Amino acid sequence: MPLLRLEGVEARYGATRALHGISLDVGDGEIVAVLGANGAGKTTTLRAISGTVRRGGEILFAGATLNHTGPEAVARLGIAHVPEGRGTFAELTVRENLRLGAYTRRGRLPQRDYDRMLELFPWMAKRERQQAGTLSGGEQQMLALARALMQQPRLLLLDEPSLGLAPTIVGEIFRIVRRLNEEEGLSVLLVEQNAVIALETAARAYVLEVGRIALTGTSEELRRDESVRRSYLGY
Amino acid sequence: MAQFLQQVVSGLASGGIYASLAVAIVLIYRSTRVINFAQGEMGMFMTFVALWLIDGGWPYWAAFFATLAMAFVGGVLLERIVIRPIESAPPVTVVIVTVGLLIALNGAAFWIWGGETRSFPSAFSTRPIRIGGVAFSIQDFGIIGVSLVAVFLLYLFFRFTKAGLALRAAALNPEASRLVGVRVGWMLALGWGFASVLGALSGMMVAPLVFLDPNMMRGVLLYALAAAILGGLDSPLGAVIGGLALGVGLNLISTYVDFVGDTLKLPVAFAVILGVLLVRPAGLLGRTTLRRA
Amino acid sequence: MTRHRAFGVGLQVSAFVAAVAVLALLPHWLSDFRASEVSYVGIYFVAILGLNILTGYTGQISLGHGAFMAIGGYTTAILVGHHAVRDLWTIPLAGLVAGAAGLLFGLPALRLSGLYLALATFAIAVALPPVLKKFDHFTGGSQGIQLFGDPDYTGKGFENVHVAGQTLTFNNWLYYLAWTIAVVLFALAWALLGGRLGRTFRAIRDSEVAATSSGVNLPLYKTLAFGVSAFYAGVAGSLFAIASTYVNPETFPIVLSLYLLIGAVVAGLGSLWGVAAGALFIQYLPSLAGHVSKSAGAPSVAYGVLLILVVLVLPFGAGGLLQRIGRPLTNSIFRKS
Repeated sequence: MPLLRLEGVEARYGATRALHGISLDVGDGEIVAVLGANGAGKTTTLRAISGTVRRGGEILFAGATLNHTGPEAVARLGIAHVPEGRGTFAELTVRENLRLGAYTRRGRLPQRDYDRMLELFPWMAKRERQQAGTLSGGEQQMLALARALMQQPRLLLLDEPSLGLAPTIVGEIFRIVRRLNEEEGLSVLLVEQNAVIALETAARAYVLEVGRIALTGTSEELRRDESVRRSYLGY
Repeated sequence: MAQFLQQVVSGLASGGIYASLAVAIVLIYRSTRVINFAQGEMGMFMTFVALWLIDGGWPYWAAFFATLAMAFVGGVLLERIVIRPIESAPPVTVVIVTVGLLIALNGAAFWIWGGETRSFPSAFSTRPIRIGGVAFSIQDFGIIGVSLVAVFLLYLFFRFTKAGLALRAAALNPEASRLVGVRVGWMLALGWGFASVLGALSGMMVAPLVFLDPNMMRGVLLYALAAAILGGLDSPLGAVIGGLALGVGLNLISTYVDFVGDTLKLPVAFAVILGVLLVRPAGLLGRTTLRRA
Repeated sequence: MTRHRAFGVGLQVSAFVAAVAVLALLPHWLSDFRASEVSYVGIYFVAILGLNILTGYTGQISLGHGAFMAIGGYTTAILVGHHAVRDLWTIPLAGLVAGAAGLLFGLPALRLSGLYLALATFAIAVALPPVLKKFDHFTGGSQGIQLFGDPDYTGKGFENVHVAGQTLTFNNWLYYLAWTIAVVLFALAWALLGGRLGRTFRAIRDSEVAATSSGVNLPLYKTLAFGVSAFYAGVAGSLFAIASTYVNPETFPIVLSLYLLIGAVVAGLGSLWGVAAGALFIQYLPSLAGHVSKSAGAPSVAYGVLLILVVLVLPFGAGGLLQRIGRPLTNSIFRKS
């Protein structure tokens, strides 16, 4: 029984349909990638799961149906969504951003988890009181990730973490994601335009084209696939 | 000199009243991007309720806090019922709705309690107190104290509690807040609740000074709006500073500039509003990047 | 012009002519008192027309149109009451003075938008009465100005007016004066706004950025709209002063500005045809509310609640309703013919 299952999921923005019935799985402890060109519907897929877009079809998570659940409730169920554009609170401090991540957790700030974040992202220790909007792009992405992790989620939805970042930072972020997956069994659904690093990190992937699943397979299979290589891997 | 100090203190007291209402206006503006033209009338209405309790035998402070509690609930309900449907409507619509609220509440007060002026008890003794040979009114100090304490408590709430953080987040970035599990709608309603409490506070502080009638808050609203604009519509601290400054400034001008006297205080407030909006729209402490108002 | 549009215009013209005919004949069936009431409807009609030009067409919110009415009203009052000028001549003058004030305010208003403009106009309306009280040398201060001198002559029972060989009661004369002006100004607005000017105004309302990039001189048109709209309000204020024969600072309170906005919303912002509904609403709601409760506050509660309901349920007001009914009607008629 996979952790997350989508069956025939559709989504629309107003009158325009963005997803035409897609089906995918994420197993417990897996990293799965969603690839595709701009406008293929990758971001929309994540939005459909977190409930920030109008959607139809079946969405099952750890036995619960998410078909009509709004984002606040989805967060409570254990799904953390790091959206496109990061979704950090620019006017709040680093510390406050992290505190917000733990909003759904009962009681006071879980100091242990907070310390863990400082361990994963050592630079945050000295910058706790800095306004998030004044951080660099890479730091903001890491802050967004840390905020999501403060939720102690079972499933992490990552939307284009590499966007606009230098390769070294991108490498750093993906290293942390892999580490969390290996050490803590965090399941990840990763949307990426950078297919190379996505296929290095994920075990399986889906390729979206114009709102439909065009292809799926293990990372190894997709790396060898002719069309994938030509369209997304550049060789 | 004595007169100057007295005017400063009583100006601070008026300023405290304006500041409370101004913070309420800023609170709502920050969270829902709405200027609530009905903020004054909401306060006036709750002040009538307080008087009704007091006339019914309740001791002053019991009525005071009960009124604040009711104001809170009223504010929350108002947001949920009237404002939520028009959350994404253009400014014209929202302005009109708050104007409608203004008119309805004003009329409701007339309807329920009639238009005669009534006296409202003061929380503080009206005896004078001498400090350094100058006679001051205890009431003025009381008003200053209550206003500052209320605003300070609110500050503590926003800065140090989880709910306060969530409210700030909901106002700054509702989308991201939802993803973190914050029920944005209820946070906004909370904001309206607090604003309503401040409005009621403002009303109960001013009523002993100007006597209670349905039109009592009309002028106070204008002064509060001027204070909020002066301080910057998205800065609560600015609203406090603006309120106190306006209170003192208006008092001094009306005392020492014969031409203005008591009668032209409202036009001076208008001049402040127009001046600030034209010269530095963000006010003293507001963010200079103004979103579409 | 397509046949369909020609039909639509033709329909509007016929409706207009029919309305004028009804207005001309109405006093025969109305009591003197009712005629006075309906004159006030005419006065509000003119004021709301003006507000609609500003808020409905160019999207600039004004919560202070009562102030422009006050300027017009006081101009007439001062000229008639203090300088014995013939009341009719003062009407266009009052309009022009108010219009000038509108142009003057329109300039700083260019820098304000949406909420800020609403705030500034609200502040004007609240701040004007004290100014009127202060400069009592001109305005008669709190005492106000009696337009026609002797207090015995106020209200009903004013002596009959002789005009064009006919003798009319004061109220009937008032009725025809108000409605003639209303009809003329309506036709003027219709002509002005039906063509390019109206389209330009609406373009500004929908998107200032887009309008500017299509070459619209934004400051010119926005200020113009303020001036024209204030002119209308000034004329209405002047008529109001003549009708009430007395003005003082309380004659044009902040609630008047708010009621005008309500009237404009009920009419349907951006609709000329709904304006009559708005004016009727303002005039008659108090008496309707009076049936429910004799208290002074009841009408206000009704105004406020209805305003909110209209905004929530019928955002395009009466005009929108007319359009929604009218369009399928003309469609079906046109298809048959």
